[in-house]
Amino acid sequence: MKPSLRGKVAIVGAADTEVGVVPHMTSTQMCAEAALRAMADAGISKDQIDGLITCNSRAESYKYHAEAMAEYLQIFPSYCINVATGGGTTFSILHHAITAIATGVCNTVLITMAESLRSGLSKEQTMSGQAAVGHSQFEVPYGPTVPSLYALIGRAHMEKYGTTPEQFAAIAVACRKHASLNPNAQMRDLITVEDVLNSRMIADPLHLLDCSLISDGGSAVILTSAERAREFSSKPVYILGFGEAHSHEHISQARNLTTSAAVESGKRAYEMAGLGPRDMGFAQLYDCFTPTALIELEDLGFCKKGEGGAFVESGSIELGGSLPMNTHGGLLSHCHPGNPGSMFLLTEAVSQLRHQAGERQVSGAQAGLVHGQGGIMSSHTTLILGKEIN
Amino acid sequence: MIDHSGKNFPNINVETEPYWQGCRNHELLIQQCSDCGRHQFYPRIICTDCSSKNVKWVRASGKGKVLSYTIVHRAISKAYKSEVPYVIALIDLDEGPTMMSNVIQYDPQNVKVGMRVEVVFEDWSEKISIPKFRPENLDQNE
Repeated sequence: MKPSLRGKVAIVGAADTEVGVVPHMTSTQMCAEAALRAMADAGISKDQIDGLITCNSRAESYKYHAEAMAEYLQIFPSYCINVATGGGTTFSILHHAITAIATGVCNTVLITMAESLRSGLSKEQTMSGQAAVGHSQFEVPYGPTVPSLYALIGRAHMEKYGTTPEQFAAIAVACRKHASLNPNAQMRDLITVEDVLNSRMIADPLHLLDCSLISDGGSAVILTSAERAREFSSKPVYILGFGEAHSHEHISQARNLTTSAAVESGKRAYEMAGLGPRDMGFAQLYDCFTPTALIELEDLGFCKKGEGGAFVESGSIELGGSLPMNTHGGLLSHCHPGNPGSMFLLTEAVSQLRHQAGERQVSGAQAGLVHGQGGIMSSHTTLILGKEIN
Repeated sequence: MIDHSGKNFPNINVETEPYWQGCRNHELLIQQCSDCGRHQFYPRIICTDCSSKNVKWVRASGKGKVLSYTIVHRAISKAYKSEVPYVIALIDLDEGPTMMSNVIQYDPQNVKVGMRVEVVFEDWSEKISIPKFRPENLDQNE
């Protein structure tokens, strides 16, 4: 039997920078600022960091970003990686950090990521980045935007299961409701289903308010072994399970448009944790577009396949419901700076499990699930976090 | 004639050259495995089903149906702006593989999942023709 990594590693530091529109900071500065805030949260100095993981920034790119950030911060790690798998970036590398810690490669890993997607790039640069997502020969010539690629998934779900635009909109409404309780969120004014449906059509069936934000921001976490976590001043949050799964890269190669590899990544994470969907006090799910979150809810077992529409419409995903989702506001209303996007799902999960989420606290949360995906519903990673190991 | 300059032209390489040569001749070429008979798209050096390296180019019927679609209202770039609203679709070819394309010569609002379509080529330059799709039997319907 292979040794289980359940509960072996804990998050001992977590912090975000100011997010939203942050033109007064570069992405490098935000990457460093997030790191410094996470270290302060963990009560450690930078000399104690011996593993560093970052993602590159388009606004201020370095050929070897993690090495450049180590130099900027004057950290001299024994483990240093720069990753990029789109929105799933944070989680796809997190369990590698867990493995490195559990095998003694390093002791204390800092993951810090930031991007100035809003203020650091021209509109043309942002759009050309979108064009780079498709297959250069067999998709890009047709003029797809990122929303249009997800719209293909949304349309397929509507067709197969009768899901409605109103139901997709319910996800945007719930996220905004949660963001209204979060002083750090970029968009805090409440919206209704009608507001979503009346917002500008971007790629049918996706309206403007079905699409996530374009933001600046940075976020960082610090991981160490569960044993060493006791030496830190912060309240540790334990990694109870993780699972990764990949099904395709380009959407035209997807084996299934309406069921994703989140089924497999979720199953792997639940099995390691020895927990199931009903044990989760909350879920922080990657919500780049409303259909993304709806399919994740189904594939991670929070409702039956095809019943995501009814599930979100019932209010289940709102605070006070059976599964509060994206309690910080998600990518739809809190912020979405690109590659670092899923970091904020993670730091929110840490706040929730420390019972420090203020007005938006899920009462009595003991365990929670976070899920990130990258590409076009392509690469999936699920994490299960717990307040206690047992 | 529509000005296609500024659009995202494919960068052809040795692996895909036969496909684009076919498009130049207004023929849709896909690959078929000589060992297991399975068709595939996009082109690769192996059969994705049985891993045989005996893959050959064959002419596809050019017919299929819409698996999913979206109507794009915000174009990817200036060069595509004049075509807004345009339809991006996934087409299930009758031979089996799925490919992305545009559905053209048809009101976007009338496009439906499951709709039968056939290939039609759009010449972007002397070297590049792009396979697009329109409803099958469009001529008879009009």
